[in-house]
Amino acid sequence: MQSLRWIYSLYYDGFVNMKVGKTLWLLIAVKLFIMFVIIKWIFFPNIMKENFQTDKERSNYILEQLTKEN
Amino acid sequence: MEHSELLVDYSRAQFALTALYHWIFVPLTLGLTFIIAIMETIYVKTLDEKWKQITKYWMGLLAINFAIGLATGIIMEFEFGTNWSNYSWIVGDIFGAPLAIEGLMAFFMESTFFAVMFFGWEKVSKKAHLTSTWLVAVGSNLSALWILIANGWMQHPVGMKFNPDSARNEMESFAEVIFNPNAVSKFLHTISSGYVLASLFVISISAWYLLKKRDIAFAKKSIVVAASFGLVSSIFMLTTGDESAHQVALNQPMKLAAMEGLYKGEERAGIVAFGLLESEKEIGDDLDPFKFMFEIPGALSFLGYHDVNAFVPGIDDLILGNEKHNIISVKEKMIIGTKSVQALSDYKKYKKENNTIAMNEALKTFRATSHYMGYGYLKKPEDALPNVALTFYSFHIMVTAGSWFLVLFILVLYFSMKNELTKKKWLLRLAVITLPLGYVAQECGWIVAEVGRQPWAIQDLLPVGMATSNIGSTSVMITFWLFAILFTALLIAEVKIMLKQISIGPEGH
Repeated sequence: MQSLRWIYSLYYDGFVNMKVGKTLWLLIAVKLFIMFVIIKWIFFPNIMKENFQTDKERSNYILEQLTKEN
Repeated sequence: MEHSELLVDYSRAQFALTALYHWIFVPLTLGLTFIIAIMETIYVKTLDEKWKQITKYWMGLLAINFAIGLATGIIMEFEFGTNWSNYSWIVGDIFGAPLAIEGLMAFFMESTFFAVMFFGWEKVSKKAHLTSTWLVAVGSNLSALWILIANGWMQHPVGMKFNPDSARNEMESFAEVIFNPNAVSKFLHTISSGYVLASLFVISISAWYLLKKRDIAFAKKSIVVAASFGLVSSIFMLTTGDESAHQVALNQPMKLAAMEGLYKGEERAGIVAFGLLESEKEIGDDLDPFKFMFEIPGALSFLGYHDVNAFVPGIDDLILGNEKHNIISVKEKMIIGTKSVQALSDYKKYKKENNTIAMNEALKTFRATSHYMGYGYLKKPEDALPNVALTFYSFHIMVTAGSWFLVLFILVLYFSMKNELTKKKWLLRLAVITLPLGYVAQECGWIVAEVGRQPWAIQDLLPVGMATSNIGSTSVMITFWLFAILFTALLIAEVKIMLKQISIGPEGH
């Protein structure tokens, strides 16, 4: 319990006493929001996960791609 | 089936853009963490509060770089899943282990000890704090190790076997993958270049303070640490660069030929010290590849094969073949590659028909030919050639800049030791303007490594055209420009916040 309180105070005091850090954390938050919520969600689906249910289907699809002209 | 050229080009351009921006932030973190650890060690040893102030100041700049660079690499993971899903599936088994270790290591080591390093000055003992600072340095460098093991494998795939049932490269030997000579030399060369950049960063900013006649004691002390660290790192970087080139010569001879603009292979091949490429030059013609050039005889043979008399194959030899030196042409490799792809296709067909004998026969043929499988997807032999001009100029800018950094470290350290640095305004000015060159050299290094190995996503096994997903090019184009805007904004933010902190100076911290 004491060590948890120590970890909490390490982070709490650290954040409270920040100068440039606050701007940086804001920047990090905005950046992560743009990356994970907007960019990842809208533009970056995991093709193999979304289009196929099983690994067997994924393997078959890739094999088909690799041997398509043969 | 190869996907549309526009899709492949935009997927490549997007990955290059992401990687190049990501690489603006990473090398500084790799090196600056060590410089800070050295500075803090001096503080703990001497208990001189000035060293604590110096450590804290550079730690502040590290925090800015870390915060802005944070998660820029994750974008590449998004791209793997969307734009490069074929590739991701094919390499999944090999990349899974190193990248998982990297993720865990980065998360636990960096996030835990970073917090102690930044917030723990008054919370833990001096020794515990110093240990955290060293662990941050070691942890961030170990993160780079796993990424570069994955990259090294793409350049020289070892320790695996392609499974024709799962369509994946499956790991056969973890030791072979992590001790892949290409990965080891790449890791050492990359981290040492990061140390050099971080040294330039500290020297350059400190030199600016000296030119402005402010924070003199702080700047002088910082410079001594950075120049010493930079000098040792530069020598190490030269050694690892030599090993890197040796590995390229052994495993990626086309890249080496492109790096030197060497078309006709020769014994006692020289390194081009400087030169201008002939843009009209074509494979197999008699045109001189250079408009003008000056070369150091025998140096390329020595660099590539550690033998001044060794034969270094040129682009013509590698594309058209050279019987005398047992080099088969790309055309022949394409025939073997096509046979390999056909065998894989037959294997699939006979498996469906439950024809075990024919299936085993097809598998035998596949195993005997799969080392050149990727050539089966090339349309013409010339497709095996990377962009020579980009590779050549990037390599030469990197080497020339790297040599200059070594000279700069020697000069700065020499005049620092003689206590004459503040009088040498010309050297201080040169130190300030060298910092952008450090970043240019870093990016050139990436270009040499990645453009030089084209057209391969996995050397000889999978060309980029086969590695991309079968998706529309519009979304890739949109995200390319989105990233260009986002990353440029981040870079502007980094430079602005950094410049503000530099102008405030160590006294304001």
